[in-house]
Amino acid sequence: MNKIEVRNFSFFYGDFQALSGLNLPIRKNQITALIGPSGCGKSTFLRCLNRMNDTIDGTRAEGEILLDEQDVYAPDVDVVDLRHRVGMVFQRPNPFPQSIYNNVAFGPRILGTTSSGEDLDEIVKESLKSAALWNEVKHRLQEPALALNPGQQQRLCIARTIAVKPEVILMDEPCSALDPVATLRVEELMRQLAEAYTIVIVTHNMQQAARASDWTGFFWLGKLVEFNKTGDLFTYPKEDLTESYITGRQG
Amino acid sequence: MNEHNRPHTSTEGTSMKTREASGPSKMTARSLWENLKDQSASELIIENLIRLSGISVIVVVTLIFFFLLREGSAAFLDIPLRQLFGSRWYPIEGLFGLWPLMVGSFWVTIGAVVIAVPLGLTTAIYLGEIAPLWQREILKPFIEVLAGIPSIVLGFLGWVALAPIIQNLGAPSGLTAFTGSFILAYMSLPTIISITEDALYAVPKEYRDGSLALGATQWQTIWRVVLPAARSGIVMAIMLGIGRAIGETMAVMLVTGNAANIPEFGFGALFQPIRTMTATIAAEMGEVAQGSLHYNVLFGIGIVLFVVTSGINLLATRLVGGRGKRRPGGRL
Repeated sequence: MNKIEVRNFSFFYGDFQALSGLNLPIRKNQITALIGPSGCGKSTFLRCLNRMNDTIDGTRAEGEILLDEQDVYAPDVDVVDLRHRVGMVFQRPNPFPQSIYNNVAFGPRILGTTSSGEDLDEIVKESLKSAALWNEVKHRLQEPALALNPGQQQRLCIARTIAVKPEVILMDEPCSALDPVATLRVEELMRQLAEAYTIVIVTHNMQQAARASDWTGFFWLGKLVEFNKTGDLFTYPKEDLTESYITGRQG
Repeated sequence: MNEHNRPHTSTEGTSMKTREASGPSKMTARSLWENLKDQSASELIIENLIRLSGISVIVVVTLIFFFLLREGSAAFLDIPLRQLFGSRWYPIEGLFGLWPLMVGSFWVTIGAVVIAVPLGLTTAIYLGEIAPLWQREILKPFIEVLAGIPSIVLGFLGWVALAPIIQNLGAPSGLTAFTGSFILAYMSLPTIISITEDALYAVPKEYRDGSLALGATQWQTIWRVVLPAARSGIVMAIMLGIGRAIGETMAVMLVTGNAANIPEFGFGALFQPIRTMTATIAAEMGEVAQGSLHYNVLFGIGIVLFVVTSGINLLATRLVGGRGKRRPGGRL
């Protein structure tokens, strides 16, 4: 079943066309990886899925991105509501300069979903557990989040995203600032999260895409060259360009 | 740099002369060695010049402080403290009560802060977070112009334009503490706006992105993420704004009525004529005999001002340095 359906989607920064004519499905409760060289448009595409590109002046979108059959770029869509449903984890861990607790509680608080402090405590605890961080921070929830190491900070950002109970989680190279051990932990975490969430991850690291994803899309110069099951794409690439990229001869 | 057009600082005057007379010398092993020696000498001179200018600032500040103490301490020694902080300022009768002047400064400053801080912060937030680029480019020069207006011109405006309005509102006179506050508020606005805006600018974009991606609105992002992250810089902006307000003399002298009486406590105090500490010094310094008790008391007021502004600066550094240690953004 497709959570997101992208149909003939193009995107422009002013006169520059960053994405042209994309068509791909993003399947529910699966991990979809987007690979390709720097500047190929994979991050731009990811930021279109929750309209984070709206914060940049002079951008324009064409075509459709259907989230549960509804176009996210339709004029009547509430962007704030869209971002509740489609959460995002960024390349560099970006916890707010506040306590660990307040970071996770941020989303529920602005949503106003909880009335009592106990409910909020419970949401914070569950989110930190889901992000595999609870055991490391349960005794120091009031300490500043920036005192954590980068790997913990990134899992905190994942916990913060989970706390608003999104349907889709977008990850923009979530491990590029992490060491191998922390990277592995985040990948394991993605696996567990895929049971409840639909995940789209942009990565530079082809081993990571091969290890951690169910589906892979290969981007090149703003176009989607190939999209397939991860195993098939890496073992039997249909396009020559894909093959030369994943074998390291191109890009 | 060529060897012949540079003064040789390491060699004595006499040998310098002969060297210059002989024109460009040959690059012998000896001159090369001297060249190196010159270089380290010029390093040494520059380093010491920098050190000297650094130390001179400290020396001057200390000298000012001791001068103030020397001229003003008599006020604290010769007049009983009860009378010095009493409620009557009648220098001609030998009554030097500083209290009315301190209260006057207090009200004018509080009034200025109450007006300037909300206005300054909202302006900075609008400029830094909300306004599109073209509006920012129009507004920023205006704020810089505001910063460049001489205080006496603003005081004049207060006298001519603002005072009649306040009198029409029912105040006994147009020249009141509030008139001074209003003028001072506009004088400290550029400081508050530009420092707050710098503090907002220093907050990393990642924080805003993180907040927006969680489904926060722009206002929620500003209120819950950006402002707390810029907290220390904003505190600094407010403190510097207050410092600007307390020390200002000319404008308040023109528009506050110069009446050294204690206004009744409460909101009404703002609409009565008062006199500030700074205005008192400026108005009376020209008339006193040097070395007289009155003269000493005026310097005593200077000491009080010095202590108050130092206290504010200290408080500002405390507030800024305290909890902001781990923050990468938002500090100056």
